[in-house]
Amino acid sequence: MNILWLQSAGCGGCTMSLLCAEDPGLTELLEEAGLSLLWHPALSLETGRQVLDLLTAVERGETPLDILCIEGSILRGPNGTGRFQMLSGTGRSMMDWVRTLAPMARHVVAVGTCATYGGVTSAGENPADATGVQYDGAHKGGVLGADFVARGGLPVINVAGCPTHPGWVTETLLLLAAEALTADGLDGYARPRFYADHLVHHACSKNEFYEYKASAAALSEIGCMMENLGCVGTQAVGDCNIRAWNGDGSCTRAGYPCINCTAPEFEEPGHSFTETPKFAGIPVGLPTDMPKAWFMALASLSKAATPRRLADNATSDRIRIPPTLRGPKT
Amino acid sequence: MSEMILGPFNRVEGDLEIRLEVAEGQVRAAYANSPLFRGFERMLLGKDPRDALTITPRICGICSISQSAAAALALAAASGRAMAPEGAKVAALLHAVENVADHLTHFNLFFMPDFTRPAYATRAWHPRVVERFTTGSGSAQRAAVAARAALLHIVGLLGGKWPHTLAIQPGGVTRAPGLRDLVRIGASLRAFRRYLEQTLFGAPVEAFAALETPDWSTGDAGLFLEIAQDLDLAALGRGGGRYMSFGAYPLADGPMLPRGLWQNGAAGPVPLDAIAEDISHAWMIGETAHPAQGQTVADTAMRDSAYSWCKAPRLEGRPVEVGALARQVIDGHPLALAEAQQGGGVRARVLGRLLEIARTQVLLEELVASIRHEARFMDNAPLPREGAGAGLVEAARGALGHWVRIEKGRIAQYQIIAPTTWNFGPRDSEGAPGPVEAALQGAPVTEQEAAAGDTPLAVQHVVRSFDPCMVCTVH
Repeated sequence: MNILWLQSAGCGGCTMSLLCAEDPGLTELLEEAGLSLLWHPALSLETGRQVLDLLTAVERGETPLDILCIEGSILRGPNGTGRFQMLSGTGRSMMDWVRTLAPMARHVVAVGTCATYGGVTSAGENPADATGVQYDGAHKGGVLGADFVARGGLPVINVAGCPTHPGWVTETLLLLAAEALTADGLDGYARPRFYADHLVHHACSKNEFYEYKASAAALSEIGCMMENLGCVGTQAVGDCNIRAWNGDGSCTRAGYPCINCTAPEFEEPGHSFTETPKFAGIPVGLPTDMPKAWFMALASLSKAATPRRLADNATSDRIRIPPTLRGPKT
Repeated sequence: MSEMILGPFNRVEGDLEIRLEVAEGQVRAAYANSPLFRGFERMLLGKDPRDALTITPRICGICSISQSAAAALALAAASGRAMAPEGAKVAALLHAVENVADHLTHFNLFFMPDFTRPAYATRAWHPRVVERFTTGSGSAQRAAVAARAALLHIVGLLGGKWPHTLAIQPGGVTRAPGLRDLVRIGASLRAFRRYLEQTLFGAPVEAFAALETPDWSTGDAGLFLEIAQDLDLAALGRGGGRYMSFGAYPLADGPMLPRGLWQNGAAGPVPLDAIAEDISHAWMIGETAHPAQGQTVADTAMRDSAYSWCKAPRLEGRPVEVGALARQVIDGHPLALAEAQQGGGVRARVLGRLLEIARTQVLLEELVASIRHEARFMDNAPLPREGAGAGLVEAARGALGHWVRIEKGRIAQYQIIAPTTWNFGPRDSEGAPGPVEAALQGAPVTEQEAAAGDTPLAVQHVVRSFDPCMVCTVH
């Protein structure tokens, strides 16, 4: 299968993250799965007229296209013209190219939260009128429209994340190469379920603090960040703490909150990213799938039962009190 | 005279279109267009100042930590405080790792593949370059991507992930490294040193860092210098002889690489008040202004007298070149100085980056050894409801500045000048070209290239020698 990769209005960070793929590295993985890059703006040799020829051949149906990857939001501004991003050397907007090329591809993959839902590029007053490829925030639509289905039968596959984990992208491509990704494999926002059926909370290294509601009061403290520091790992989809990033990393392990970057409209949480909004002292936005009354009851109970070790460590920048050791059995 | 419009211009980060006027086999004039406008400075208005730490790194996926560091320092300056000293070291460590990773990406993935083209098939070095740098499968490319991914484990450990970490804060960093972390980072750095010494330099990094003349034969660095000699890349794409650095990696006792302006053969202080962004040829509305007062108002009519979304930053009314070469020149590295004195062309810029990779390896090792794990890494304090400040750092590609003003606890003003804004900005109201536009004048264009409309190879070498980051440029 071949892949055409376009960078629309984003930061390029999903490609940069993708290059962090290990065991095997990106190009080895693609090669061994029978995937070839028809063109990628950061990785391919072809430039200028050579690229224009290649895009034109796809547009005319002369070069069959298996997978179109789009990284970055699509700019509709100013005034619906798309001229805030002209594909250089072509005299046409990226919006126009995406609308033209997507129907030619067997599969269309939106890579990153800008491409999927608009993402950070649509933050604030959304100066450039950015949208996702098939979603505008949480609403279906985007530049291809709610009814778009690629030739292969799937809607736009939304590999959301800011940035995307290299495994999310490579495994989506591997599933496509194996003809193994079906509509059942996508969640309600068209994200691949292999990572979107998990929550960032799963395997979070702060789980014991969470269990006892032993909370960090300020950044750099190692307690749970849900109560005070804006962490929404219990609601955010992603296997970030199961597979980890760049070796051993994840946002929560590095001491800052999950900001739900795999979700539509994460860029406008309605409060500061690193502060939990509260109503009458109680955090607004409780864990997914949990009845509020039960959460409150359990939270107050577990808070009352918090061991000193956890309470003290939670507001320290490192472990001050180690776990109690059991003595010899006899 | 004929005109060429070049694009999509790939293997630069982001979107770039170059228009050339060509006569008698040479570029007569060049115009650099940044054809993407997202409007980050406007997105930030009215937001909680802390949100700049989440939003501005997402300007750029390759200079993400640089943006993060600039935002954190701008907020710290607005508060009149500094990072906890050991926190500043960890921030410097994260930032330096990103800069080295970026230099490696540029050399192996963006710059060197151009020499694999069939037009160079008769050159003695061509088969070796094809084996090393063919896109996707070249052995040097694969080794570099693997070494880079492993190096970025340091960012995984301390910053959670790369790109887009929230670990760098105005008061320091969010994760205090323990002794175990420090020895692990040391191991990652030794592995990276092994890659550099076996592959990129083919000799100890200290030997390359101490180079005084461009004579070096081992590793991929040696291959580059052989090509540079053969194609006379020192004479191609010469710069304007004026270099600026904001100073890299600020620690409690000052930056690890100095701030300075180098012109007329000598380094001096940077007159920061004399920075202004000219918008005469940008699709922007307003007046030339210092970034502390500047606005970002898009000219949605895209008037004919402008040709880019990029503003044209000037220092004392004149362009400056920024980047690794500028940093090394201002730091007084003898080879960088010699290269600058010879005109600072394509070879000089690439050599500047290679020198910096070698020197930063040593600097990183010293930095990690100096970190006191028992210290505090964050001094938490609330941000002020009123205040203003600038965060000035050195991204891989050069000087990056954020200027913020906070009013009533909200962002009232936010302006950013990125390195490639300096290097790839358009003409100013005097008609003076920006650095890349000037460097392209005189570049050769073959009859065949002109006839076929192919992007001239010399033009590609010059443009990519700057390592432009176009997503940062307009932001």
